[in-house]
Amino acid sequence: MFRRLRESAPIAFTFEGEAVQGRAGDSVAAALLALGVRAPRDTAVSGAPRGPYCMMGVCFDCLVEIDGVANRQGCMVALTPGMVVRRQRGKRDV
Amino acid sequence: MYDVAVLGAGPAGMAAVAELAGQGGSNGARVLWLDENAAAGGQVYRGIAEPLKLLARSYRPARKLFEAARGTDAEYIPGATIWHLDPGATLGFSVSGVARMVEARRVIIATGALERPMPVPGWTLPGVMTVGAAQTMLKAQGLVPQGRVVLAGQGPLLWLYAAQAIAAGAPPALILETRPAGNMWRALPQLPGFLVSHYGWKGLALLRRLRAVPVKRAASLRIEQAGDELRVTWPRGEALADHVLLHQGVVPHVNLAQAAGCALEWREDQACFTPVTDAWGESSVPGIAVAGDGAGIAGAEAAECSGRIAALAALYALGRIDAAARDGRAVRWQKRRAAWGRGRAFLDALYLPSPAQRRAAPDAIACRCEEVTGQALIDAARAGATGPNQTKAFLRCGMGPCQGRQCALTLVETIAAARGVEPSKVAPLRARNPVKPVSLAEIAVMPVSEADEAAVLSRR
Repeated sequence: MFRRLRESAPIAFTFEGEAVQGRAGDSVAAALLALGVRAPRDTAVSGAPRGPYCMMGVCFDCLVEIDGVANRQGCMVALTPGMVVRRQRGKRDV
Repeated sequence: MYDVAVLGAGPAGMAAVAELAGQGGSNGARVLWLDENAAAGGQVYRGIAEPLKLLARSYRPARKLFEAARGTDAEYIPGATIWHLDPGATLGFSVSGVARMVEARRVIIATGALERPMPVPGWTLPGVMTVGAAQTMLKAQGLVPQGRVVLAGQGPLLWLYAAQAIAAGAPPALILETRPAGNMWRALPQLPGFLVSHYGWKGLALLRRLRAVPVKRAASLRIEQAGDELRVTWPRGEALADHVLLHQGVVPHVNLAQAAGCALEWREDQACFTPVTDAWGESSVPGIAVAGDGAGIAGAEAAECSGRIAALAALYALGRIDAAARDGRAVRWQKRRAAWGRGRAFLDALYLPSPAQRRAAPDAIACRCEEVTGQALIDAARAGATGPNQTKAFLRCGMGPCQGRQCALTLVETIAAARGVEPSKVAPLRARNPVKPVSLAEIAVMPVSEADEAAVLSRR
Protein backbone atom coordinates (compact mmCIF):
# COMPACT_ATOMS: atom_id res chain seq x y z
CA MET A 1 0.00 0.00 0.00
CA PHE A 2 0.92 3.65 -0.23
CA ARG A 3 0.52 6.55 2.17
CA ARG A 4 -0.26 10.12 1.17
CA LEU A 5 1.97 12.89 2.49
CA ARG A 6 -0.51 15.55 1.45
CA GLU A 7 -4.19 15.61 0.84
CA SER A 8 -5.87 17.22 -2.12
CA ALA A 9 -9.43 17.36 -3.45
CA PRO A 10 -11.05 13.94 -3.88
CA ILE A 11 -11.86 12.79 -7.42
CA ALA A 12 -14.56 10.17 -7.92
CA PHE A 13 -14.13 7.59 -10.67
CA THR A 14 -14.95 3.94 -11.25
CA PHE A 15 -12.62 0.96 -11.48
CA GLU A 16 -14.11 -2.27 -12.80
CA GLY A 17 -17.55 -0.78 -12.19
CA GLU A 18 -16.89 0.03 -8.53
CA ALA A 19 -17.12 3.64 -7.31
CA VAL A 20 -13.73 4.68 -5.92
CA GLN A 21 -11.80 7.87 -5.16
CA GLY A 22 -8.47 9.30 -6.16
CA ARG A 23 -7.02 12.73 -5.46
CA ALA A 24 -6.39 15.81 -7.56
CA GLY A 25 -2.91 15.52 -9.06
CA ASP A 26 -3.09 11.72 -9.40
CA SER A 27 -2.37 9.94 -12.63
CA VAL A 28 -4.70 6.99 -13.23
CA ALA A 29 -1.88 4.57 -12.38
CA ALA A 30 -1.00 6.42 -9.16
CA ALA A 31 -4.64 6.51 -8.09
CA LEU A 32 -4.98 2.75 -8.61
CA LEU A 33 -1.77 2.03 -6.69
CA ALA A 34 -2.96 4.27 -3.85
CA LEU A 35 -6.16 2.19 -3.76
CA GLY A 36 -4.09 -0.97 -3.39
CA VAL A 37 -4.53 -2.21 -6.97
CA ARG A 38 -1.09 -3.65 -7.63
CA ALA A 39 -1.73 -5.30 -10.99
CA PRO A 40 -4.23 -3.42 -13.17
CA ARG A 41 -3.43 -5.49 -16.24
CA ASP A 42 -2.78 -9.05 -17.45
CA THR A 43 -0.05 -9.41 -20.05
CA ALA A 44 -0.84 -10.01 -23.71
CA VAL A 45 1.46 -13.05 -24.04
CA SER A 46 1.04 -15.24 -20.92
CA GLY A 47 -1.80 -13.51 -19.11
CA ALA A 48 0.40 -12.91 -16.04
CA PRO A 49 -0.69 -10.11 -13.70
CA ARG A 50 1.42 -6.98 -14.16
CA GLY A 51 1.53 -3.58 -12.50
CA PRO A 52 3.03 -0.15 -13.10
CA TYR A 53 6.81 -0.32 -13.18
CA CYS A 54 8.38 2.97 -14.34
CA MET A 55 5.62 5.58 -13.76
CA MET A 56 7.14 7.83 -16.45
CA GLY A 57 5.65 6.61 -19.71
CA VAL A 58 8.41 4.22 -20.73
CA CYS A 59 7.46 0.66 -19.76
CA PHE A 60 3.79 0.33 -20.79
CA ASP A 61 3.14 -1.99 -17.85
CA CYS A 62 0.43 0.30 -16.45
CA LEU A 63 -1.88 -0.16 -19.44
CA VAL A 64 -5.59 0.15 -18.62
CA GLU A 65 -8.84 0.82 -20.43
CA ILE A 66 -9.98 4.41 -19.85
CA ASP A 67 -13.43 5.58 -20.94
CA GLY A 68 -13.70 2.72 -23.40
CA VAL A 69 -10.28 3.24 -24.98
CA ALA A 70 -7.96 0.25 -24.41
CA ASN A 71 -4.17 0.24 -23.97
CA ARG A 72 -3.87 3.69 -22.37
CA GLN A 73 -0.79 4.41 -20.29
CA GLY A 74 -2.26 4.92 -16.84
CA CYS A 75 0.80 6.79 -15.60
CA MET A 76 0.53 9.41 -18.35
CA VAL A 77 -3.19 10.16 -18.03
CA ALA A 78 -4.35 12.60 -15.36
CA LEU A 79 -7.27 11.32 -13.31
CA THR A 80 -10.47 13.32 -13.96
CA PRO A 81 -13.90 13.08 -12.30
CA GLY A 82 -16.18 10.39 -13.66
CA MET A 83 -13.51 8.42 -15.49
CA VAL A 84 -14.46 4.84 -16.22
CA VAL A 85 -11.35 2.70 -15.74
CA ARG A 86 -11.12 -1.01 -16.41
CA ARG A 87 -8.40 -3.61 -16.31
CA GLN A 88 -6.50 -4.22 -19.53
CA ARG A 89 -6.83 -7.96 -20.03
CA GLY A 90 -4.34 -9.16 -22.62
CA LYS A 91 -4.36 -7.48 -26.01
CA ARG A 92 -6.91 -4.89 -27.00
CA ASP A 93 -9.72 -5.96 -29.31
CA VAL A 94 -9.62 -4.27 -32.68
CA MET B 1 6.87 26.20 -40.10
CA TYR B 2 8.59 26.69 -36.77
CA ASP B 3 12.16 27.94 -36.45
CA VAL B 4 12.99 25.59 -33.60
CA ALA B 5 11.15 22.68 -31.98
CA VAL B 6 12.33 21.83 -28.48
CA LEU B 7 11.30 18.34 -27.42
CA GLY B 8 11.15 17.84 -23.68
CA ALA B 9 10.76 20.12 -20.67
CA GLY B 10 13.38 18.86 -18.25
CA PRO B 11 16.42 21.02 -17.46
CA ALA B 12 17.84 20.84 -21.02
CA GLY B 13 14.51 21.64 -22.67
CA MET B 14 13.67 24.47 -20.27
CA ALA B 15 17.14 25.97 -20.74
CA ALA B 16 16.93 25.74 -24.54
CA VAL B 17 13.59 27.51 -24.53
CA ALA B 18 14.81 30.20 -22.12
CA GLU B 19 17.91 30.84 -24.24
CA LEU B 20 15.98 30.88 -27.52
CA ALA B 21 13.75 33.58 -26.11
CA GLY B 22 16.85 35.66 -25.55
CA GLN B 23 18.24 37.82 -22.82
CA GLY B 24 16.14 40.90 -22.22
CA GLY B 25 14.15 40.63 -25.41
CA SER B 26 13.07 38.14 -27.99
CA ASN B 27 15.45 36.78 -30.59
CA GLY B 28 12.41 36.56 -32.80
CA ALA B 29 12.60 32.81 -33.27
CA ARG B 30 9.29 30.97 -33.52
CA VAL B 31 9.63 28.17 -31.01
CA LEU B 32 7.47 25.09 -30.55
CA TRP B 33 7.98 23.46 -27.15
CA LEU B 34 6.57 19.98 -26.69
CA ASP B 35 6.56 17.88 -23.54
CA GLU B 36 4.97 14.53 -22.84
CA ASN B 37 4.27 15.44 -19.23
CA ALA B 38 1.44 17.66 -18.05
CA ALA B 39 3.86 20.10 -16.37
CA ALA B 40 7.40 21.27 -17.06
CA GLY B 41 10.36 20.15 -14.93
CA GLY B 42 11.16 16.77 -16.43
CA GLN B 43 11.71 13.79 -14.14
CA VAL B 44 14.30 15.53 -11.98
CA TYR B 45 12.14 18.56 -11.14
CA ARG B 46 8.78 16.83 -11.36
CA GLY B 47 6.14 18.76 -9.46
CA ILE B 48 8.27 21.94 -9.38
CA ALA B 49 5.21 24.19 -9.76
CA GLU B 50 4.01 23.13 -6.28
CA PRO B 51 6.76 21.05 -4.69
CA LEU B 52 6.37 19.02 -1.52
CA LYS B 53 7.96 20.72 1.47
CA LEU B 54 10.72 18.13 1.68
CA LEU B 55 11.73 18.82 -1.94
CA ALA B 56 11.38 22.59 -1.95
CA ARG B 57 14.98 23.30 -1.02
CA SER B 58 16.52 21.01 -3.62
CA TYR B 59 14.20 22.48 -6.28
CA ARG B 60 15.02 26.11 -5.47
CA PRO B 61 17.97 26.55 -7.88
CA ALA B 62 15.84 25.25 -10.78
CA ARG B 63 12.90 27.48 -9.96
CA LYS B 64 14.37 30.45 -11.86
CA LEU B 65 14.92 28.32 -14.94
CA PHE B 66 11.37 26.97 -14.76
CA GLU B 67 9.93 30.48 -14.52
CA ALA B 68 12.18 31.82 -17.29
CA ALA B 69 11.12 29.07 -19.69
CA ARG B 70 7.44 29.34 -18.79
CA GLY B 71 7.60 33.12 -19.25
CA THR B 72 8.74 32.97 -22.89
CA ASP B 73 6.48 33.27 -25.90
CA ALA B 74 7.36 29.74 -27.07
CA GLU B 75 4.28 27.77 -28.11
CA TYR B 76 4.25 25.37 -25.17
CA ILE B 77 2.23 22.18 -25.59
CA PRO B 78 2.29 19.87 -22.55
CA GLY B 79 0.81 16.39 -22.65
CA ALA B 80 2.19 15.91 -26.18
CA THR B 81 3.23 12.38 -27.13
CA ILE B 82 5.77 12.64 -29.95
CA TRP B 83 5.54 9.62 -32.24
CA HIS B 84 7.41 10.79 -35.31
CA LEU B 85 10.60 12.65 -36.12
CA ASP B 86 12.33 12.29 -39.45
CA PRO B 87 15.65 13.64 -40.77
CA GLY B 88 13.77 16.46 -42.50
CA ALA B 89 12.60 17.66 -39.06
CA THR B 90 8.95 16.80 -39.63
CA LEU B 91 7.36 16.01 -36.29
CA GLY B 92 4.26 14.00 -35.48
CA PHE B 93 2.63 14.23 -32.08
CA SER B 94 -0.67 13.66 -30.33
CA VAL B 95 -2.38 15.57 -27.56
CA SER B 96 -5.35 13.85 -25.87
CA GLY B 97 -5.79 11.54 -28.84
CA VAL B 98 -5.61 14.24 -31.53
CA ALA B 99 -2.64 13.88 -33.88
CA ARG B 100 -0.79 16.63 -35.77
CA MET B 101 2.24 16.90 -37.99
CA VAL B 102 4.39 20.04 -38.09
CA GLU B 103 7.71 21.12 -39.55
CA ALA B 104 10.62 22.93 -37.96
CA ARG B 105 13.90 24.28 -39.30
CA ARG B 106 15.81 23.03 -36.28
CA VAL B 107 15.05 20.46 -33.63
CA ILE B 108 16.54 20.17 -30.14
CA ILE B 109 15.85 16.75 -28.66
CA ALA B 110 15.85 16.98 -24.87
CA THR B 111 14.18 13.72 -23.91
CA GLY B 112 16.52 12.96 -21.04
CA ALA B 113 17.23 9.62 -19.48
CA LEU B 114 15.45 6.50 -18.40
CA GLU B 115 16.45 3.90 -15.84
CA ARG B 116 18.77 1.16 -17.00
CA PRO B 117 16.93 -2.16 -17.04
CA MET B 118 17.65 -4.41 -14.05
CA PRO B 119 16.51 -7.78 -15.43
CA VAL B 120 16.65 -9.96 -12.31
CA PRO B 121 14.32 -12.97 -11.99
CA GLY B 122 10.97 -11.67 -10.72
CA TRP B 123 11.38 -8.04 -11.81
CA THR B 124 8.02 -8.26 -13.59
CA LEU B 125 6.02 -9.18 -10.47
CA PRO B 126 3.37 -6.72 -9.26
CA GLY B 127 4.79 -4.80 -6.31
CA VAL B 128 8.21 -4.53 -7.95
CA MET B 129 8.86 -1.06 -9.36
CA THR B 130 11.86 1.07 -10.12
CA VAL B 131 13.28 3.45 -7.54
CA GLY B 132 12.59 6.19 -10.09
CA ALA B 133 8.92 5.17 -10.19
CA ALA B 134 8.65 5.50 -6.42
CA GLN B 135 10.39 8.86 -6.60
CA THR B 136 7.98 10.00 -9.32
CA MET B 137 5.04 9.13 -7.06
CA LEU B 138 6.69 10.99 -4.17
CA LYS B 139 7.31 14.11 -6.26
CA ALA B 140 4.08 14.18 -8.23
CA GLN B 141 1.49 12.84 -5.81
CA GLY B 142 3.20 12.81 -2.42
CA LEU B 143 2.72 9.02 -2.24
CA VAL B 144 5.19 6.80 -0.36
CA PRO B 145 5.12 3.00 -0.22
CA GLN B 146 4.09 1.56 3.14
CA GLY B 147 5.16 -1.65 4.85
CA ARG B 148 8.48 -3.37 4.30
CA VAL B 149 10.17 -1.62 1.41
CA VAL B 150 13.34 -3.21 0.05
CA LEU B 151 15.57 -1.10 -2.20
CA ALA B 152 17.94 -3.10 -4.36
CA GLY B 153 20.59 -1.95 -6.79
CA GLN B 154 23.14 0.81 -7.07
CA GLY B 155 23.63 4.39 -8.13
CA PRO B 156 23.19 7.92 -6.77
CA LEU B 157 19.42 7.90 -7.33
CA LEU B 158 18.95 4.89 -5.06
CA TRP B 159 20.66 6.68 -2.16
CA LEU B 160 18.92 9.96 -2.89
CA TYR B 161 15.50 8.30 -2.87
CA ALA B 162 16.32 6.43 0.34
CA ALA B 163 17.15 9.76 2.00
CA GLN B 164 13.94 11.33 0.67
CA ALA B 165 11.88 8.38 1.93
CA ILE B 166 13.46 8.78 5.38
CA ALA B 167 12.64 12.51 5.33
CA ALA B 168 9.08 11.58 4.37
CA GLY B 169 8.83 9.33 7.43
CA ALA B 170 8.80 6.14 5.37
CA PRO B 171 12.32 4.67 5.72
CA PRO B 172 13.16 1.58 3.68
CA ALA B 173 13.40 -1.65 5.69
CA LEU B 174 16.53 -2.77 3.86
CA ILE B 175 18.89 -1.65 1.14
CA LEU B 176 20.56 -4.37 -0.91
CA GLU B 177 23.57 -2.83 -2.53
CA THR B 178 24.55 -4.66 -5.72
CA ARG B 179 27.60 -2.52 -6.59
CA PRO B 180 30.38 -4.85 -7.76
CA ALA B 181 33.18 -5.04 -5.17
CA GLY B 182 35.86 -4.23 -7.73
CA ASN B 183 34.23 -0.95 -8.77
CA MET B 184 35.70 0.96 -5.85
CA TRP B 185 39.22 0.09 -7.01
CA ARG B 186 38.43 1.11 -10.55
CA ALA B 187 36.89 4.36 -9.33
CA LEU B 188 39.66 5.20 -6.88
CA PRO B 189 41.84 7.20 -9.31
CA GLN B 190 38.83 9.50 -9.83
CA LEU B 191 38.17 9.97 -6.10
CA PRO B 192 40.18 13.20 -5.60
CA GLY B 193 38.31 14.81 -8.51
CA PHE B 194 35.02 13.69 -6.98
CA LEU B 195 35.79 15.01 -3.51
CA VAL B 196 36.46 18.52 -4.79
CA SER B 197 33.49 18.42 -7.20
CA HIS B 198 29.98 19.77 -6.64
CA TYR B 199 28.89 16.18 -5.93
CA GLY B 200 31.47 15.33 -3.26
CA TRP B 201 30.01 16.89 -0.12
CA LYS B 202 26.47 16.37 -1.31
CA GLY B 203 27.17 12.66 -1.63
CA LEU B 204 28.86 12.31 1.74
CA ALA B 205 26.12 14.28 3.50
CA LEU B 206 23.55 12.05 1.82
CA LEU B 207 25.19 8.84 3.00
CA ARG B 208 25.31 10.18 6.58
CA ARG B 209 21.53 10.59 6.56
CA LEU B 210 21.15 6.89 5.76
CA ARG B 211 22.93 5.50 8.81
CA ALA B 212 19.72 4.16 10.34
CA VAL B 213 18.88 1.89 7.39
CA PRO B 214 20.43 -1.60 7.23
CA VAL B 215 22.53 -2.07 4.09
CA LYS B 216 23.57 -5.51 2.87
CA ARG B 217 25.77 -6.41 -0.07
CA ALA B 218 24.27 -8.59 -2.77
CA ALA B 219 26.02 -9.26 -6.07
CA SER B 220 22.84 -10.83 -7.45
CA LEU B 221 19.26 -11.28 -6.36
CA ARG B 222 15.94 -12.80 -7.31
CA ILE B 223 12.36 -11.99 -6.39
CA GLU B 224 9.52 -14.46 -5.98
CA GLN B 225 5.88 -14.26 -5.04
CA ALA B 226 5.31 -15.66 -1.52
CA GLY B 227 1.59 -15.50 -0.87
CA ASP B 228 0.70 -11.81 -0.74
CA GLU B 229 4.32 -10.89 -0.14
CA LEU B 230 7.47 -10.77 -2.19
CA ARG B 231 10.50 -12.83 -1.21
CA VAL B 232 13.87 -11.34 -2.13
CA THR B 233 16.75 -13.82 -2.12
CA TRP B 234 20.44 -13.01 -2.46
CA PRO B 235 23.55 -15.20 -2.01
CA ARG B 236 23.74 -14.64 1.75
CA GLY B 237 20.17 -14.19 2.82
CA GLU B 238 16.54 -13.51 2.12
CA ALA B 239 13.87 -11.04 3.17
CA LEU B 240 10.12 -10.67 2.81
CA ALA B 241 8.88 -7.40 1.37
CA ASP B 242 5.68 -5.58 0.49
CA HIS B 243 7.45 -3.45 -2.12
CA VAL B 244 10.71 -4.03 -3.95
CA LEU B 245 12.27 -1.02 -5.67
CA LEU B 246 15.03 -1.68 -8.22
CA HIS B 247 17.60 0.65 -9.74
CA GLN B 248 20.93 0.34 -11.47
CA GLY B 249 21.60 3.74 -12.95
CA VAL B 250 20.19 5.75 -15.81
CA VAL B 251 20.92 5.72 -19.54
CA PRO B 252 20.04 8.10 -22.39
CA HIS B 253 16.53 7.80 -23.83
CA VAL B 254 17.62 7.57 -27.47
CA ASN B 255 14.52 6.34 -29.32
CA LEU B 256 13.50 9.64 -30.89
CA ALA B 257 17.04 10.55 -31.98
CA GLN B 258 17.49 7.08 -33.39
CA ALA B 259 14.20 7.19 -35.31
CA ALA B 260 15.33 10.48 -36.85
CA GLY B 261 18.43 8.74 -38.14
CA CYS B 262 20.96 10.17 -35.67
CA ALA B 263 24.04 7.96 -35.42
CA LEU B 264 24.63 6.24 -32.07
CA GLU B 265 27.87 5.03 -30.54
CA TRP B 266 28.55 2.62 -27.69
CA ARG B 267 29.95 4.38 -24.62
CA GLU B 268 32.15 2.02 -22.68
CA ASP B 269 32.30 4.08 -19.44
CA GLN B 270 28.49 4.24 -19.17
CA ALA B 271 27.75 0.92 -20.96
CA CYS B 272 25.07 2.32 -23.23
CA PHE B 273 24.40 3.70 -26.70
CA THR B 274 24.62 7.47 -26.99
CA PRO B 275 23.85 9.78 -29.94
CA VAL B 276 27.01 11.08 -31.58
CA THR B 277 27.08 14.85 -30.97
CA ASP B 278 29.58 17.67 -31.41
CA ALA B 279 30.43 20.33 -28.82
CA TRP B 280 27.23 22.23 -29.74
CA GLY B 281 25.02 19.17 -29.38
CA GLU B 282 24.56 18.78 -33.15
CA SER B 283 23.85 15.15 -34.12
CA SER B 284 24.90 13.39 -37.31
CA VAL B 285 21.64 14.64 -38.90
CA PRO B 286 21.97 18.31 -39.91
CA GLY B 287 19.52 20.49 -38.01
CA ILE B 288 18.86 17.99 -35.24
CA ALA B 289 20.65 18.51 -31.92
CA VAL B 290 20.49 16.44 -28.74
CA ALA B 291 20.91 18.20 -25.39
CA GLY B 292 20.95 16.97 -21.81
CA ASP B 293 21.13 13.42 -20.50
CA GLY B 294 19.71 12.13 -23.80
CA ALA B 295 23.16 12.81 -25.28
CA GLY B 296 25.04 11.03 -22.45
CA ILE B 297 24.41 11.02 -18.71
CA ALA B 298 25.89 14.14 -17.13
CA GLY B 299 23.21 15.25 -14.64
CA ALA B 300 20.61 17.99 -14.40
CA GLU B 301 22.98 20.94 -14.00
CA ALA B 302 25.08 19.95 -17.02
CA ALA B 303 21.83 19.35 -18.94
CA GLU B 304 20.81 22.96 -18.38
CA CYS B 305 24.14 24.09 -19.84
CA SER B 306 23.93 21.86 -22.90
CA GLY B 307 20.36 23.04 -23.51
CA ARG B 308 21.62 26.65 -23.55
CA ILE B 309 24.53 25.75 -25.82
CA ALA B 310 22.32 23.88 -28.31
CA ALA B 311 19.92 26.84 -28.37
CA LEU B 312 22.76 29.27 -29.16
CA ALA B 313 23.90 26.99 -32.00
CA ALA B 314 20.33 26.96 -33.34
CA LEU B 315 20.07 30.77 -33.20
CA TYR B 316 23.36 31.02 -35.08
CA ALA B 317 22.27 28.48 -37.71
CA LEU B 318 19.05 30.44 -38.21
CA GLY B 319 21.02 33.65 -38.71
CA ARG B 320 19.51 35.29 -35.59
CA ILE B 321 22.89 35.85 -33.95
CA ASP B 322 26.42 36.01 -35.37
CA ALA B 323 29.28 33.70 -34.46
CA ALA B 324 30.76 36.22 -32.02
CA ALA B 325 27.49 36.48 -30.09
CA ARG B 326 27.07 32.71 -30.10
CA ASP B 327 30.57 32.08 -28.83
CA GLY B 328 30.45 34.91 -26.31
CA ARG B 329 27.17 33.80 -24.79
CA ALA B 330 28.23 30.15 -24.77
CA VAL B 331 31.39 30.67 -22.70
CA ARG B 332 29.67 30.80 -19.34
CA TRP B 333 27.63 27.67 -20.05
CA GLN B 334 30.65 25.78 -21.37
CA LYS B 335 32.57 26.62 -18.19
CA ARG B 336 29.65 25.66 -15.99
CA ARG B 337 29.16 22.40 -17.87
CA ALA B 338 32.82 21.53 -17.41
CA ALA B 339 32.56 22.30 -13.68
CA TRP B 340 29.56 19.99 -13.29
CA GLY B 341 31.35 17.35 -15.34
CA ARG B 342 33.98 16.98 -12.63
CA GLY B 343 33.21 14.12 -10.31
CA ARG B 344 31.02 12.28 -12.83
CA ALA B 345 33.82 9.91 -13.85
CA PHE B 346 33.99 8.67 -10.25
CA LEU B 347 30.24 8.08 -10.09
CA ASP B 348 30.24 6.37 -13.51
CA ALA B 349 33.04 4.00 -12.49
CA LEU B 350 31.72 3.35 -8.97
CA TYR B 351 28.17 2.51 -10.01
CA LEU B 352 28.64 0.78 -13.37
CA PRO B 353 26.78 -2.53 -13.05
CA SER B 354 28.86 -5.60 -13.87
CA PRO B 355 28.33 -7.27 -17.27
CA ALA B 356 26.43 -10.09 -15.52
CA GLN B 357 24.11 -7.54 -13.88
CA ARG B 358 23.43 -5.97 -17.27
CA ARG B 359 22.40 -9.30 -18.83
CA ALA B 360 19.20 -11.25 -18.31
CA ALA B 361 19.88 -14.49 -16.42
CA PRO B 362 18.58 -17.56 -18.31
CA ASP B 363 15.46 -17.69 -16.10
CA ALA B 364 14.87 -13.93 -16.03
CA ILE B 365 12.65 -12.03 -18.43
CA ALA B 366 14.64 -9.74 -20.73
CA CYS B 367 11.77 -8.24 -22.77
CA ARG B 368 8.90 -7.40 -20.43
CA CYS B 369 6.35 -6.77 -23.20
CA GLU B 370 6.84 -9.99 -25.15
CA GLU B 371 7.96 -12.00 -22.10
CA VAL B 372 11.19 -13.25 -23.66
CA THR B 373 13.69 -14.86 -21.27
CA GLY B 374 17.46 -14.68 -21.18
CA GLN B 375 17.58 -18.36 -22.17
CA ALA B 376 15.48 -17.72 -25.29
CA LEU B 377 17.97 -15.00 -26.30
CA ILE B 378 20.93 -17.28 -25.70
CA ASP B 379 19.27 -19.99 -27.84
CA ALA B 380 18.54 -17.49 -30.62
CA ALA B 381 22.14 -16.27 -30.56
CA ARG B 382 23.34 -19.87 -30.83
CA ALA B 383 20.95 -20.36 -33.76
CA GLY B 384 22.67 -17.52 -35.57
CA ALA B 385 21.02 -14.27 -34.44
CA THR B 386 23.79 -11.68 -34.33
CA GLY B 387 21.95 -8.92 -32.46
CA PRO B 388 18.60 -7.55 -31.30
CA ASN B 389 17.44 -6.75 -34.84
CA GLN B 390 17.75 -10.43 -35.71
CA THR B 391 16.18 -11.75 -32.50
CA LYS B 392 13.09 -9.70 -33.34
CA ALA B 393 12.31 -12.20 -36.10
CA PHE B 394 12.93 -15.16 -33.78
CA LEU B 395 11.24 -13.92 -30.62
CA ARG B 396 9.51 -10.53 -31.13
CA CYS B 397 11.59 -9.08 -28.30
CA GLY B 398 11.72 -5.30 -28.50
CA MET B 399 8.54 -5.22 -30.61
CA GLY B 400 5.93 -4.77 -27.87
CA PRO B 401 4.31 -1.49 -26.85
CA CYS B 402 7.42 -0.11 -25.09
CA GLN B 403 9.32 -0.55 -28.36
CA GLY B 404 12.49 -1.73 -26.71
CA ARG B 405 12.85 1.05 -24.16
CA GLN B 406 12.98 -1.52 -21.34
CA CYS B 407 15.02 -4.22 -23.09
CA ALA B 408 17.21 -2.74 -25.84
CA LEU B 409 20.37 -2.71 -23.72
CA THR B 410 19.62 -6.07 -22.08
CA LEU B 411 19.22 -7.65 -25.52
CA VAL B 412 22.56 -6.28 -26.70
CA GLU B 413 24.43 -7.37 -23.57
CA THR B 414 22.83 -10.82 -23.37
CA ILE B 415 23.38 -11.60 -27.06
CA ALA B 416 26.93 -10.21 -26.97
CA ALA B 417 27.82 -12.52 -24.07
CA ALA B 418 26.23 -15.53 -25.79
CA ARG B 419 28.26 -14.75 -28.92
CA GLY B 420 31.40 -14.05 -26.93
CA VAL B 421 31.85 -10.52 -28.30
CA GLU B 422 31.92 -7.04 -26.78
CA PRO B 423 28.55 -5.17 -26.64
CA SER B 424 30.08 -2.46 -28.84
CA LYS B 425 30.26 -5.07 -31.64
CA VAL B 426 26.49 -5.65 -31.53
CA ALA B 427 24.26 -3.22 -33.42
CA PRO B 428 21.68 -1.41 -31.26
CA LEU B 429 18.00 -2.30 -31.50
CA ARG B 430 16.60 -0.11 -34.26
CA ALA B 431 13.94 2.35 -33.18
CA ARG B 432 11.67 3.39 -36.03
CA ASN B 433 8.80 5.83 -36.47
CA PRO B 434 6.25 5.83 -35.00
CA VAL B 435 8.36 5.77 -31.83
CA LYS B 436 5.31 5.72 -29.58
CA PRO B 437 2.06 3.90 -30.29
CA VAL B 438 -0.44 6.00 -32.23
CA SER B 439 -3.82 4.70 -33.34
CA LEU B 440 -4.73 4.41 -37.03
CA ALA B 441 -7.89 6.36 -36.18
CA GLU B 442 -5.75 9.31 -35.04
CA ILE B 443 -3.74 9.26 -38.24
CA ALA B 444 -6.83 8.77 -40.42
CA VAL B 445 -8.47 11.97 -39.22
CA MET B 446 -5.35 14.14 -39.50
CA PRO B 447 -5.72 17.05 -41.91
CA VAL B 448 -4.09 16.28 -45.29
CA SER B 449 -2.39 18.76 -47.58
CA GLU B 450 -2.69 18.76 -51.36
CA ALA B 451 0.82 17.34 -51.54
CA ASP B 452 -0.19 14.44 -49.26
CA GLU B 453 -3.19 13.67 -51.45
CA ALA B 454 -1.10 13.83 -54.60
CA ALA B 455 1.44 11.43 -53.09
CA VAL B 456 -1.22 8.83 -52.38
CA LEU B 457 -3.26 9.28 -55.56
CA SER B 458 -0.11 9.57 -57.75
CA ARG B 459 -1.34 12.82 -59.28
CA ARG B 460 1.22 15.29 -60.51
